[in-house]
Amino acid sequence: MAVSVLNPGLSTTVQDAGRPGYYNVGIPPSGSLDQYSSLAANLLVGNGEDAAVLECTYMGPELRFERPATVAVTGADLPPRLGGEPRPTWESFGVEAGDVLSFDFLRSGARAYLAVSGGFDVPVMLGSRSTYALGALGGVEGRALAAGDELPVGDADGAAPGRSVPEALRSTHPKHREIRVMMGLYDHRLTGEGRRAFLDAEWRLTTLADRTGFRYRGAALEFRERVAPFGAGSDPSNIVDAPYPIGSIQIPGGVEPIVLHRDAVSGGGYVMVATVISADMDDVAQSAPNSTTRFVEVDLDGALGARRRRAARLDALREAVG
Amino acid sequence: MDIRSPLPGVFYRRPAPELDPFVGVGSPVGPDTTVAIVEVMKQFFEVKAGTTGTIAGVAVADAEMVDAGQVLFTVRPG
Repeated sequence: MAVSVLNPGLSTTVQDAGRPGYYNVGIPPSGSLDQYSSLAANLLVGNGEDAAVLECTYMGPELRFERPATVAVTGADLPPRLGGEPRPTWESFGVEAGDVLSFDFLRSGARAYLAVSGGFDVPVMLGSRSTYALGALGGVEGRALAAGDELPVGDADGAAPGRSVPEALRSTHPKHREIRVMMGLYDHRLTGEGRRAFLDAEWRLTTLADRTGFRYRGAALEFRERVAPFGAGSDPSNIVDAPYPIGSIQIPGGVEPIVLHRDAVSGGGYVMVATVISADMDDVAQSAPNSTTRFVEVDLDGALGARRRRAARLDALREAVG
Repeated sequence: MDIRSPLPGVFYRRPAPELDPFVGVGSPVGPDTTVAIVEVMKQFFEVKAGTTGTIAGVAVADAEMVDAGQVLFTVRPG
């Protein structure tokens, strides 16, 4: 046991690169919602890319290290303190046995990632250490951290402290974002006016924003008249049950769109008007309640181009830090 | 001195709608006095004063959204 949890924060979970391959049986990919920041944290402490980190939501935990290690904090601007002294983000630093790591208030973004050299060594479940709390799978007993937990840490070759992510490769977290989407599969259910309203509205993130989905408020969308097909609910936003892609935007009742994220349920009966492109899912993860978003339509070429540029940025990060 | 919200969410001054506010202007507070609740992700987080003194001002209206680090109350020390 190498790290003791003195205070768990609001919702801190063990996450990694995810658990792909089981969504067809209802088990979502899970993993760090902001994969870019999570990778950066692992690279900074010399871990492999599949090592598990802590995802800290809105508030940091308070942790005591029981042995020396190199650690790094990335993602949201959640300033770390070691024994009360400020430490940098996006830069690795050393901790000694007995040191206590705590955090100041969140300055921007929503989720910070804490990596420790060796990685958090909880049991691998279905190929991943990621916590899927709804299914009580992975992580620490399938749940968020609690005070008194003892977190095992793997053996490390040990990167020396002092590695740093160059300024240009650090994520920033504005209060307003443009998130790119491809329309469909069910946007034909919207009227022209409803479709325009979806793309024109300034959507404000509500407090209902967790690993399953991010719920926004800002406009009411108009649906086309129809006779509900057999198997669909009577509300115009109901469909015959269909699979939900990660990133798909469902909109129950035509109000409060929900962007599904990496702990999503795999299917259901709500119309999906659009899907966030994979390259922008990290940005969704870093949206905090009360921040605003406009959904911007791109076509398939636009989405694939963005995916290539994101892959190039990940390679640049590996080159600069790894 | 200010009391700030440690997290983003909805600021509530009362433990329940029919109950009195935790504190108002003139209320004495100590470090562990609960002064408000902030709700996020269906969790209700109790905000502690974190200081000793008297509430001098309430900076946010009940049930408004707040950001992490936003001032909720001002406190006269002592």
